[in-house]
Amino acid sequence: MKSGYYFWSGDIAAAEGAIAAGCRFYAGYPITPSSEIAERMALRLPQIGGKFIQMEDEIGSIAAIIGASWTGERAMTATSGPGISLMNENIGLAIMMEAPIVVVNAMRGDPSTGLPTLIGQGDLMQARYGSHGSYEIIVLYPNSIQETFDLMMDAFNMAEKYRVPVMYLIDALLAHMFERVYVPPEEEIERKIIRRKVPNKVPSRPFEPDDDLVPPMPLIGQGHKIHATGLTHDERGYPNLTPKAQEKLVRRLNEKIIKHEREIWKVEEYKTEDADKIIVSFGGESRAVRNAVNSARKNGKKVGMLRLITLWPFPHEFIKKYTADFYVAELNYGQMYHKVREYADGNNVKLIAKMGGEIHTPNEILKEIGGV
Amino acid sequence: MSLMEDLRYGVEDLLRTERLPHVWCPGCGIGITLNAFLRAVLRRKIDPNKLVVVSGIGCTGRAAGYVNVDSFHTTHGRAIPFAIGIKFARPELTVVVFSGDGDLFAIGGNHFVNAARRNHSILVIAVNNFTYGMTGGQHGPTTPTGAYTTTTPYGNPDRPFNIPHLAISLGAPYVARWTTYHVNQLQNSIYKALGMKGFRLIEVISQCPTVYGRRNSMRTPLSMMEYFEKNSIVKNDASFEEMELKYNEKIVVGEFRVAKDIPTYEERYDEVIRRAKNAD
Repeated sequence: MKSGYYFWSGDIAAAEGAIAAGCRFYAGYPITPSSEIAERMALRLPQIGGKFIQMEDEIGSIAAIIGASWTGERAMTATSGPGISLMNENIGLAIMMEAPIVVVNAMRGDPSTGLPTLIGQGDLMQARYGSHGSYEIIVLYPNSIQETFDLMMDAFNMAEKYRVPVMYLIDALLAHMFERVYVPPEEEIERKIIRRKVPNKVPSRPFEPDDDLVPPMPLIGQGHKIHATGLTHDERGYPNLTPKAQEKLVRRLNEKIIKHEREIWKVEEYKTEDADKIIVSFGGESRAVRNAVNSARKNGKKVGMLRLITLWPFPHEFIKKYTADFYVAELNYGQMYHKVREYADGNNVKLIAKMGGEIHTPNEILKEIGGV
Repeated sequence: MSLMEDLRYGVEDLLRTERLPHVWCPGCGIGITLNAFLRAVLRRKIDPNKLVVVSGIGCTGRAAGYVNVDSFHTTHGRAIPFAIGIKFARPELTVVVFSGDGDLFAIGGNHFVNAARRNHSILVIAVNNFTYGMTGGQHGPTTPTGAYTTTTPYGNPDRPFNIPHLAISLGAPYVARWTTYHVNQLQNSIYKALGMKGFRLIEVISQCPTVYGRRNSMRTPLSMMEYFEKNSIVKNDASFEEMELKYNEKIVVGEFRVAKDIPTYEERYDEVIRRAKNAD
């Protein structure tokens, strides 16, 4: 896309951000409020020699992008909560096979079919724990259309660098809202692309990690004779159904993310320096929180916002470093609230909950934190 | 060269011999099918570095773990969409799905019908042993009505898929069925299919003496093979009714459909790319 200013929805920005970040393979199934991502990809990918396919369901969609990832493509799918529920088994496969993929979840009111066209933030724990088993995953969540475009670069780079699925949360508010987006010049964007490590020669142990705990990734069709499986496997990739192999593999899959968590964490600290009240927020909801913080500041109240851009791995140091009353504003009945409590170390933590459908008004938030 | 060496020649290079012995029971038909496949690959002179084998879950799903080419052991039922991702991204590769009946037609049935409909250029080798072997012999989408399994202790009330008819109805350009008794026909059929394009299905009726045969008066591998030998009829122009598999009755085998020049999904998408670039 030519450098310049565009007027885009979050869905379009997510698609264009992915293309800018090098995504050339998309498989998906339509679902509100993410469908416009698929539509944009169907239009744009063939223009640049990429591939778009509409699959028969979300399960097929994620299976196809894992297959494509093994050929070396930067591959993505997009869906909403019901689709994520279907994809979760193969999220686990991508974790176990260490296949880099990006999965967008445009969150809507929940549970079940819920509120297809309205905002929800009920999928935060699902994003982290949705597939069965003990694993670490990366979850990012922007809060503007510009950031939806820009942060895609981080999503793909992290997926490729750590060989892990990255869940890219947006919400119905961001998906369908239009804002101005600046697209930088192509050379500037391309400089930011981090390519996955590939082996220099045919490795005898293709799942043997480097010091960063991430193995270079052999690609299909280059003579590596890859074998990848969802079964517990050894460093050759062969099934090894023993507690010892399980301990070695699953520990590394977790530690390769935890080891790099400081590089993965992205948090906006907004007027928190002297704050005695800190509101933790993210995504569409954080726009109301920012407004509330600004109102409180006008009245001399020391209120700030911690906006989590990385939700998982949970950026706990940003909670631990503050002595303040914490408030967690989220569109569910308490999910990240429990994580904040885990690290708040004696500070008060209060949940500001709403079940979704709409974000809080700034006044509702101000009332919850004790008035302006 | 002794006969054994002669038989091994070439095939061993396509196997991860360090992984042997395999998990399959003595007398299982999956090895016969895998052998036929690898010999067909050798005859077709396919570059092993450009061949990809994708399996799902189950006894047959373990096949991907033994072939010495790029190979993927995926989740239950998802071999076909995984393979589609590879083929669509890299159309120059030969992509083969090698999996079982429960994997491909029960849990993976939706992927099968849609992939065949879109005519992705992949070869599907479907080993049909009438049962879920790995989980202990439960009935599946191919178990004949009346058969005894661990979940149909009074006989199967369910009705099996007519797999070749299903594939033909979806427009698949190559559809064949053989049994593990028909080793040469099977190998020739795979050889032929490897030389074609589009969605190709070969159903291989295979013996599972361990958990299927033992409950259906065919306790030994030999008795199952004898059943295949005595009851198979080659009939390429078989009707829908003739292709149906009934409990302990005739098995109609053959090449039921050979159609050339049907555009594949990948070819049709090349046209999409051409149009998109011209529209710029």
